[in-house]
Amino acid sequence: MTRHVEHAMGTVFSFDVRDADPDATASTTARADDATAGAVARAVAWLHHVDAVFSTYRPDSAISRLGRGEIELSGCPPEVAQVLSLCAQAEHDTNGYFTIYPGGRLDPSGLVKGWAIEEASRILSEAGARRHCVNGGGDIQLGPGPSPWRIGIAHPARPGALCTVVTGHDLAIATSGSAERGPHILDPHTGRAADALLSITLVGPRLTAVDAFATAAFAMGDAARDWVEETSGLEAFAVTASGDTWRTRGFPAL
Amino acid sequence: MRRALLAVVATAIGLALLLSFKPHDVTGATQPPAALAQTQTSATPAPTSSTSSEGSAGARTVDGDVADTRWGPVQVRISVSGGKISDVQVLQAPNENRRDVEINDRALPVLQEEALSAQSAQIDSVSGATYTSDGYTRSLQSAIDRAGL
Repeated sequence: MTRHVEHAMGTVFSFDVRDADPDATASTTARADDATAGAVARAVAWLHHVDAVFSTYRPDSAISRLGRGEIELSGCPPEVAQVLSLCAQAEHDTNGYFTIYPGGRLDPSGLVKGWAIEEASRILSEAGARRHCVNGGGDIQLGPGPSPWRIGIAHPARPGALCTVVTGHDLAIATSGSAERGPHILDPHTGRAADALLSITLVGPRLTAVDAFATAAFAMGDAARDWVEETSGLEAFAVTASGDTWRTRGFPAL
Repeated sequence: MRRALLAVVATAIGLALLLSFKPHDVTGATQPPAALAQTQTSATPAPTSSTSSEGSAGARTVDGDVADTRWGPVQVRISVSGGKISDVQVLQAPNENRRDVEINDRALPVLQEEALSAQSAQIDSVSGATYTSDGYTRSLQSAIDRAGL
């Protein structure tokens, strides 16, 4: 079992890797632990690389320079084009509720963190550490190795309490809401802060889409329910501003 | 209990907070619902060393850092037993904060029924609205990471 906490991208990433085979011999376990430690180190280096390329808080990042028109896409690391194309797909899939220009300037942050976590999860899996949970600031990718993960969904108005629990593995869980950083998610169609929901949690296979969709679904408000029902492989749980909760039919809660 | 709660809510400030919680009364982006305001920080947390102690029957407790919120210091303690959280206690919370929580209890009756305590949920990790590095220090996830469950 390996745990690691890393500060990056203005938030904190928590790695939790479980032993692949509980019945393994001591020497086998020691080798697996070494492999896991190396994979976690590579995943951490990856997160800092993503931060350096995509941080809108760093004036020298590729994304900042691209946004100011100082460099072309061809002058950016190849990940930039990949992320921009993923953003365009998310914008299409969410009927424009996900936008790469929140607040009027180039900012793919709504997708980058989920994408970075999903990639970190893949780095762990490829090193043989398939039973893992990577949590970046409250957005989670669970590895493909069978493990009965129990993920608490933070109560949006009661610090320390949960509103439901999701169980499973090979799953991505992302929650959007105003509880931590205030009403910062705008409805791109009105330009006003979305306030119909206190929080919405989306569950799906991969975190890149799930995280971007969670931001978009929060902006949609209650209309997110129908949209998620119509989107295959995606489920939702929401707490509305009036204190009610709703969930889509396949939401994997206890 | 209900009478005591009503007494709190009946204060002028209490009513103002309760009203401002209704979505219709939220006036634009600069005015967060009062019920949410308690979780925002404006100050940097004052890190303190965490303590961990073994209790009877293999249970142990882990204290989170003291986080300085604009309402005052907040600190939580979790108890760990058999590799799972068995209890969550609030060690420090400012009075203003408590009043907000009580008002939330009135404003969110449905949610109150559905709320789970972390101690009964036996969770491995927590998903929530994206926290900052400061917000992490007072989060349940931080307590879980500290405990190394």
